[in-house]
Amino acid sequence: MSDHKTMTLTLIVWRQKNANDPGKFATYTATNITEHHSFLEMLDCVNEDLILAGKEPIVFDHDCREGICGMCSQVINGAPHGGQDRTTVCQLHMRKFKDGDTIYIEPWRARAFPIIRDLIVDRAALDTIIQAGGYTSCHTGGVPDGNAVLIPKPIAEEATDAAECIGCGACVAGCPNGAAMLFTGAKVSQLALLPQGKAEAVARVKNMTAAMAECGFGNCSNHYECQAACPKGINVKFIARMNREFLKAQFA
Amino acid sequence: MQFTSSSIGRKVLMAITGQAMVLFAVVHLLGNSSIFGWLSGGINAYAVHLHSLPLPVIVGFRLALLVMVCVHIWFGIQVTIENRGGRPQQYAVKSTQKATFASENMIWTGVLLLAFIVYHLLHFTFQVLYPDTAALKNLVPLHNEMVPNVLGMVAAGFKNFFVSFIYAGAMVVLFLHLSHGIQSFFQTMGWSNDRSQPLIIKFGSLVALVLFLGYVTIPLTIFAGILKG
Repeated sequence: MSDHKTMTLTLIVWRQKNANDPGKFATYTATNITEHHSFLEMLDCVNEDLILAGKEPIVFDHDCREGICGMCSQVINGAPHGGQDRTTVCQLHMRKFKDGDTIYIEPWRARAFPIIRDLIVDRAALDTIIQAGGYTSCHTGGVPDGNAVLIPKPIAEEATDAAECIGCGACVAGCPNGAAMLFTGAKVSQLALLPQGKAEAVARVKNMTAAMAECGFGNCSNHYECQAACPKGINVKFIARMNREFLKAQFA
Repeated sequence: MQFTSSSIGRKVLMAITGQAMVLFAVVHLLGNSSIFGWLSGGINAYAVHLHSLPLPVIVGFRLALLVMVCVHIWFGIQVTIENRGGRPQQYAVKSTQKATFASENMIWTGVLLLAFIVYHLLHFTFQVLYPDTAALKNLVPLHNEMVPNVLGMVAAGFKNFFVSFIYAGAMVVLFLHLSHGIQSFFQTMGWSNDRSQPLIIKFGSLVALVLFLGYVTIPLTIFAGILKG
């Protein structure tokens, strides 16, 4: 790596021992960072230095590091996943930063996402919403014939667009109200669009939106920050579709 | 969960009441524009026409408006308090991508509009703020009968810089509130998608701008001496 220019960065990172600890920012210096490092690899380097120095490493969530699992969850300079269009933190690379930059790293902040430690938050509330109706009930048995249920291509594609959601919670983190409308809207829409999901559509939208409120998520006020934050580019049209489904359900 | 306690249900009620008030603002502006003389007898004739409507219609209309204002404010305050609690701790760095000054300050533009509506009603409807120029006390002839001098009251009010300034300022606030509110109505009702939404956002801002320009023209032309009482 000697032929590469390296960067030195100042990191201002949220450190919090547990849910009850008030937490505070701590400042670290990241050295010998190249533009080829991913953001998480940069944190790995910092953590190695911290471990060697006998200090507690920065705790953060990650898993696939391919941008598809939805585990990584950091707010970088105020933007969930760092603000690069359709990119998760793990796919954000240090070439987006300059030598000498100061970078603020914070956890998702929302009432419904209590902080477990440092940059890790508890996103179980999203599971609670899914458990309230984010599924279809069907009989198990033989595998049905692939083309037995015909679905027009535009409908299939729109459902797939909604299904791109990886459940990372960036929409909640980006929303000034800590609302989960984009997440819930994507799940409700994905299922409501398809024939297999229509059977339970009425109960689903009612139950999932009720679970959303019970989990402590805020309400939507149409800022559309969620769409900007979403690493999968989920469109707020799915919130509109959920609103439509909700209104239809009142008359069903 | 009850419709009126659900997240989307309350927003739908806010959207419908808000949009009804936008429609009122459009009709109100069309009526007020009679001050420029397109109606024989001007705004005085328009006022006579409104007051000649059957009493139940007038009372019913006013009551409906009052109910809409109350529902809109009630749920507005309720969801805003909930929303402030949705993210108890703010980020150290604020980085907004799509939110606007208007969308982030709906509650405050709403509070200012409520204060303005109270002032406006005391000024022109109940006519208690400037009793000397009150239309009901200053009758003028129109088509062989004596009618309240609305034109005189409006003109006298807007010749005062302070009064004109309040009205113009309130219309800026109205523009901000509606530039977010109108497009929000379509999104909340579920009447938008990725293709229509950019157009709806532009349409909402355009309607808000037209209402702003229309309303602000009245105090401006009177204060500038172009329109005379």
